[in-house]
Amino acid sequence: MTDSPSTAASSRRLDPVAILAALAVVAAYARAIWFTPPERVQGFAQKILYVHAPAAWVAFLAFGLTALAGAGWLFLKDERLDRFAESSAEVGVVFTTAVLVTGPLWGRPIWGTWWTWDARLTLTLFLWFVYVGYLVLRGAIDGRESRARASAVLGILGALLIPFIHLSVYLFRTLHPMPVVARPEGPTMPPVMLKTFFLCFFAFTLLYVALVRARVAYAADRDAVEDAARG
Amino acid sequence: MSAPGLVATALRIARKDLAIEFRTRSAFLSALVLSLLAIVIFYFAWDPTAVGPAVLAPGVLWVTFTFSGLLGLHRSFGVEAEDGAMDALLVAPVPREAIFLGKALANLAFVLGVQAVSLPALALFYNLPVGSAAVPLAAVLVLAAVGLVAIGTLFAGVAANTRLAELLLPVLALPFFVPVVMPAAQATARLLAGRPLAETMDWLRVLIAFDLVFCWACMVVFPHTLDD
Repeated sequence: MTDSPSTAASSRRLDPVAILAALAVVAAYARAIWFTPPERVQGFAQKILYVHAPAAWVAFLAFGLTALAGAGWLFLKDERLDRFAESSAEVGVVFTTAVLVTGPLWGRPIWGTWWTWDARLTLTLFLWFVYVGYLVLRGAIDGRESRARASAVLGILGALLIPFIHLSVYLFRTLHPMPVVARPEGPTMPPVMLKTFFLCFFAFTLLYVALVRARVAYAADRDAVEDAARG
Repeated sequence: MSAPGLVATALRIARKDLAIEFRTRSAFLSALVLSLLAIVIFYFAWDPTAVGPAVLAPGVLWVTFTFSGLLGLHRSFGVEAEDGAMDALLVAPVPREAIFLGKALANLAFVLGVQAVSLPALALFYNLPVGSAAVPLAAVLVLAAVGLVAIGTLFAGVAANTRLAELLLPVLALPFFVPVVMPAAQATARLLAGRPLAETMDWLRVLIAFDLVFCWACMVVFPHTLDD
């Protein structure tokens, strides 16, 4: 697939999805901070979850779509799929980093510890390792096709790895009783919080779409410039 | 190509790799010395009055195997870099699955060879009561080695085609080693502590499932990692 100059030019204009995403994020967090009452037991620390949980959702979504796009590329060899995989993985790493940073910030006051080797925490950490490796791998291969090929393979194997890490960490925890920590679920959420929560999920998903669109536009420009330079 | 033909070709490729290794012995000796050194260094990295050597041993064993294994894995595609040997192998009328299987078998022999020397050395240095646990322990070693080698061979092939080469292999492979090393180390610890075999069964099941899924998956995706 070759890119017409119009796609390169359009990427410089502000993407309407990006504007919408920014508005949604601002609205969601205005509501989360000022118009949603703090949780009775956890206090203001609970508000971190309005970032943490939607970011985790976006991270899993991003990596799932990366694996799917990679598998699709192996069959269709369409460059757009590879550019999408590249973009989605990069955005996914950013959101996973946000999950790994906000998690301990919440865990310290609520669980009394920055980190615990809980199944979900460990899984997120390894997901982060796999996809940072994915980005390093992409950076180390020059040929566009061999890059797409190798990263598609890594994306697929990464998706296969997730159940195994989950299983082994789960076994590790159940065979080794650990000090009992507060479960993250807590009491069921009151509707006012739930609404804010969904708004944050929606805003983050929109943000994901906007960031991936911007990143894909960049990748398309870069490839177009590369093609033009090669003549 | 039929399944027996695939295996026969794979065995020929494995024999070629092992013949190269046997004549130079460079990678095998360095992996062996590395694992012996690691066993010795780990002993002094802990306070032996606080933590008994038998408690340390399973962790030492698996960290050592993981890292010494990487040394041999990288070499498996490194030998093909010279004189365009890899291109010759790709041009040869050989299915690419057979190339993977052959490389993996040679790597398995390599890793098991290192283990065959370093496990007795560990038992000796750490004064381990291996005794009756020897047979189940060998089973754990083989099951884990199969998983490590399947993943390692695939990523060694991927890493060999990149600018970073040997730097990239641990970054790619180590996250995938976690569901192998964790069950293997846990099972080893229980076996060395003289616990009943039933306590390790859950871990062995994870190892077997990992081996089945990833041996198959790596063989299927390997042809896609090579340029046409």
